[in-house]
Amino acid sequence: MDFIRAASLDDALAIKAQRPDITPIAGGTDLMVGINFDHTRPSGLLDLTSVPELAEWSESSGVIRLGAGVPYARIISELGEHLPGLAMAARTVASPQIRNRGTVGGNLATASPSGDAHPALLACGAEVELASVRGTRRMPVAEFFTSVKRNAAEPDELVTAVHLARATGPQQFAKVGTRNAMVISVCAFSVALHPERAEVGTGFGSAAPTPRRAADAEEFLSGELTSRGMWDDPRPLPDTVITRFGELVAAAAAPIDDVRGTASYRRHALGVLARRTAGWTWDEYLTGRQTCA
Amino acid sequence: MSAHVNAPSRTSQDLSESITGGVGESPSRPDGNLKVRGDYAYSSDLGAEDMLWGATLRSPHPYARITGIDVGPALAHPGVYAVLTHEDVPGDNRYGLKIVDQPVLAEDVVRFRGEPVALVAADDPETARRALELIAVDYQVLEPVTDPKRAAHDPALPKLHPDSGCENNLVRYQPIVRGRQDVRADVVVSGTYTLGMQDQAFLGPESGLAIPAEDGGVEVFLATQDLHSDRKQTARALGLPPDKVRMTMSGVGGAFGGREDLSIQAHVCMLAMHTGKPVKMVYNREESFYGHVHRHPAEMYFEHGATRDGELVYVKARMYFDGGAYASKTPVVVGNATTLGTGPYEVPNVDIAGWGVYTNNPPCGAMRGLGAVQPAFAYEAQMDKLARALDMDPVELRQRNAVEQGSVLHTGQQLDYPAPVGELLERARKLPMPPERDPAAEPDIRDLPGGAANTTHGEDIARGVGYAAIIKNVSYAEGADDYSTARASLQAVGGEAVAMVHTAAAEVGQGLVTVQQQIARTELGVERVNIHPNDTSVGEAGSSSASRQTYITGGAVKAACEAVRETLFERAAAKLGHTPPDLAVVDGKLVSDSHGVLADVVEILGDEVIECTREYHHRPTYPLDPETGQSELVHVQHAFSVHRAVVDVDTQLGLVKVVALDCVQDVGKAVNPDAIVGQIQGGATQGMGLAVMEEIQVSDGLIRNPSFTDYLIPTILDTPPMKVDILERGDPHAPYGVRGVGEPPTISAGPAVLAAIRAATGLDLTHAPAGPDHITGTAG
Amino acid sequence: MRLNLTVNGKLYETDEVWEGESLLHTLRERLGLPGSKNACEQGECGSCTVYLDDVPVCSCMVAAGQAEGCSVRTVEGLADGERLDTVQQSFLDAGAVQCGFCTPGLLVQAHDLIERNPEPTDAEIRESLAGNLCRCTGYEKIMDAVRLAAQRKAVS
Ligand SMILES: Cc1cc2nc3c(=O)[nH]c(=O)nc-3n(C[C@H](O)[C@H](O)[C@H](O)COP(=O)(O)OP(=O)(O)OC[C@H]3O[C@@H](n4cnc5c(N)ncnc54)[C@H](O)[C@@H]3O)c2cc1C
Ligand code: FES
Ligand code: FES
Repeated sequence: MDFIRAASLDDALAIKAQRPDITPIAGGTDLMVGINFDHTRPSGLLDLTSVPELAEWSESSGVIRLGAGVPYARIISELGEHLPGLAMAARTVASPQIRNRGTVGGNLATASPSGDAHPALLACGAEVELASVRGTRRMPVAEFFTSVKRNAAEPDELVTAVHLARATGPQQFAKVGTRNAMVISVCAFSVALHPERAEVGTGFGSAAPTPRRAADAEEFLSGELTSRGMWDDPRPLPDTVITRFGELVAAAAAPIDDVRGTASYRRHALGVLARRTAGWTWDEYLTGRQTCA
Repeated sequence: MSAHVNAPSRTSQDLSESITGGVGESPSRPDGNLKVRGDYAYSSDLGAEDMLWGATLRSPHPYARITGIDVGPALAHPGVYAVLTHEDVPGDNRYGLKIVDQPVLAEDVVRFRGEPVALVAADDPETARRALELIAVDYQVLEPVTDPKRAAHDPALPKLHPDSGCENNLVRYQPIVRGRQDVRADVVVSGTYTLGMQDQAFLGPESGLAIPAEDGGVEVFLATQDLHSDRKQTARALGLPPDKVRMTMSGVGGAFGGREDLSIQAHVCMLAMHTGKPVKMVYNREESFYGHVHRHPAEMYFEHGATRDGELVYVKARMYFDGGAYASKTPVVVGNATTLGTGPYEVPNVDIAGWGVYTNNPPCGAMRGLGAVQPAFAYEAQMDKLARALDMDPVELRQRNAVEQGSVLHTGQQLDYPAPVGELLERARKLPMPPERDPAAEPDIRDLPGGAANTTHGEDIARGVGYAAIIKNVSYAEGADDYSTARASLQAVGGEAVAMVHTAAAEVGQGLVTVQQQIARTELGVERVNIHPNDTSVGEAGSSSASRQTYITGGAVKAACEAVRETLFERAAAKLGHTPPDLAVVDGKLVSDSHGVLADVVEILGDEVIECTREYHHRPTYPLDPETGQSELVHVQHAFSVHRAVVDVDTQLGLVKVVALDCVQDVGKAVNPDAIVGQIQGGATQGMGLAVMEEIQVSDGLIRNPSFTDYLIPTILDTPPMKVDILERGDPHAPYGVRGVGEPPTISAGPAVLAAIRAATGLDLTHAPAGPDHITGTAG
Repeated sequence: MRLNLTVNGKLYETDEVWEGESLLHTLRERLGLPGSKNACEQGECGSCTVYLDDVPVCSCMVAAGQAEGCSVRTVEGLADGERLDTVQQSFLDAGAVQCGFCTPGLLVQAHDLIERNPEPTDAEIRESLAGNLCRCTGYEKIMDAVRLAAQRKAVS
């Protein structure tokens, strides 16, 4: 094993091109667990914490470009208003110490169905930016997750950023765990209202082989809101709509039994989270209040 | 030996630092300063020059025959100094606390996933790990025995310990019968309750350093609950006389029962003696789950009969305890569970039986509340069920049946000391309640079930309140000669009288070092008391378990100090001509009410050191009759506590927030009130963990969650404020009247939390822990 | 590999650091600073918490090489010589230390909390210490200690 500190993004991409087998390390909060417990022995480590380009975020014309190496703690403190869903998700990740190190880039690259950033990114319609010496490309985050802990990056690519629109409506994220803090999700759900496009975004985690959107639920809710003219003239959401939304989210899940929970609990809980978060976002839309992480 | 050892500095109470406080006060810990500086040497912090690292190869199968082991490639790996198997065990390849049934390294068969098979010593941990991979073991995999009930009764299953002479896979069967067996009751409730396997989850991993000595023996620095027990077992494995195995206690990062059995001890010594070099072993968290015993999971059927006005008529119980692959404390679990199985209640007619068995599941043994935790979940659930059936207040029902001084338990033992259970319940009921949730106010999500994970903003929250009263025995029972040894000395240092106390009693965090100082201060009337490092150069102290050390080692320290004081008085009489009968030592001076100050202790001492060693034995206990379970005095003392839990439950998601967990406990005499509060709060949190989240999930003999990622223990956000109300009803048989403190709160907290969840949800909840899937009926 | 870093104000240069080893291992086994504890090595317990360039992190989750040229502050670096830091003294005075294995990490994390938030509410204390497991105390006296430390720092 060797250890290389990348000095710049170009440097990192050049190394990755030369040595596609080398393992990038950002916050280390996924990777080091594997190394400490002898579950993985990378041929080499490529340190990304020394790459300044990855640790920045910027905004242009309503779109945020969030560097892959920005730790969760900064997402919470700096982007709570711009990206409330992602910031709420970030707040539920692990502990303050882990949030000081862990990154969305690492979360995405690990591509675990339980990654907490993913539902929020899905609900916002985020795009993942991938770069290599061959160039840079972007893909919708939903296409990035290919199967359990697999993603669409090529061996010579790094995740360099995610792009997501600054929130135009309320967003929520909620996560069930078997402890009140410091817990990997049993299931998680995020919902975002996009009033400018009259659309609803969703994402859920830990209830299918990959993080997923609940497309039928999105369509149903946005359809209801549109057909009832409620985007422009917001009124309380009928219970029947909220209930149906929850059912459709639960139906989109394909959960399994594991040490953290049963499949039937996950499906059930996801429905509850969907109903509640939809209610909260709509409530915020009605009242104009915003929740921050 | 040229090795430089970062020897544990646990004694170094800074002599310039003035700590006062005798029995009944709350002086701070003598080791606290080192601990907050990060300078306290735990067993994993040690190092020596030229040291090697040891590692353990463990069985991947719960049950298999070993048909061959090839250590050649591992031994040939650069940087590897030794690869040892059972053939290299110098002494007897068997150990165990009482029943000696466990191989130091597996021979022809492995009986649990994680059983040690081979050892490696290498230059560094990574080399040691690579070498483990190179050891080739051929296994013939066998069908594991995993069902404890079948293990008890089914003769068709393989006998896991064919030489043990026990029936089927039974380690112990104990019935207790008393009163009439054909009685009927107006109201009968019954239920079957199950309890998952709990882990001690002490934070300091198993670790130690062994240094070969020139005399052919070995010096060991380690973390344990009982040095002499470790030494005895290790010496046997090494084929050495015990005095060649010299053990010194290093800092212990918690224990809770998990350090009663051997882990690294014999292994690290074998590697050190084989290589002639110091060897260090440290388990990581995953290995720790395989490297120590856990709390016995249980299945318990209980039936309670009562009169219509709430008087208990009979209790019938059948309890099964899965001891896993080796016996460890299984016999004691069965003894405690059956003798304490009726709870702190008077029951005229009793029919209880307990079975403890061998299986191929992970070995189970000591954990805080040994054998008392399991039945408490059952009998307290039953008391609530009975209260509902009778339409009676659950606290009142408990009070009506509570034991008191003079009560005769179902073993026939009469309680000849205070047993203020009714009063504890009354006080618990009167403790102020936490404020009600204000549904109108904007809630802080951190105060709600789900915490910062944002699962509810107040929807579907139901509050529940639950009580539990429990009974626990203190110290070793059933005829064991339970004792401890203390050496105390007094001498003048720099013009001041300084005492020294030396015992082998393990300080595991509970604050025994402080208590020993307090007792010496009180008995010797001097302020400065040093605590000698715990080691095997003084007599046995027994284990830091069974809530016994303040009682037993406290008793020994008291006796040794009294002897020192007597000698001091004799010297004073010799020096001063005569001394009055009401002579006492106060603040370093010999005083008497009648004569005032007679002399300075320092003057009487001169250059001499007074040193006395004493043993303290508690009064004898007696075994249980094997058929009836009767005994004149099976336990030397009982302790009682009551918990009241208040919970908020998200009834849709099944998430729980414990809002308050308040305790009333009788401690006999509060030797150090602050430390007692700390014990109660810490113990209660472990009990709460078992009620809501802690379970080692085992299927087909395999642990599915051997990590802190998936074996969850309560965080600070899961833990509520905890009020503690301490009662002091002295036990006339115990030194200062003390009553064991450490275990009762662990026992009462869990059942109270479950009772509160039941109250909030109306569910039966017969399994602990009650997870979200149980609470929402989606356990599948 | 070779590693240069500053720990508690002192510059260390150490050779033969294994590329896969954690900063925690380096501190404990190579630099003679075993104060930071190794309770889980999976980021779950916080007993290994240190400041890395003024940010508290689990040192078991940092690859040693990532600390090259960085400044680390461990529990051993909290006291000012003989004088304990207020947080350390408060843990002692509140009886928040039992076995003490969680203490080093808790001290660093609580120290950081009070630096950033001099008057934390109970809920804030709990959220910020949620990554520091303690198996002995039940956390009540740890809450007391942090409240006490915040009070003391406010008046000093
Ligand atoms: C105690 C603990 C609790 C946790 N709790 C949660 C939780 O609640 N929710 C949750 O979602 N996660 C949790 N995690 C997992 C982890 O913290 C997150 O997945 C985190 O986002 C990983 O980011 P990182 O920067 O630390 O990744 P690293 O560990 O540095 O890397 C993870 C993987 O991603 C790769 N990688 C990293 N950056 C890049 C990049 N820019 N391009 C390409 N590949 C890259 C690495 O090679 C590695 O394979 C927890 C971890 C721990 C230790
Ligand atoms: S040892 Fe680092 S978090 Fe537990
Ligand atoms: S004091 Fe032992 S873990 Fe906290």
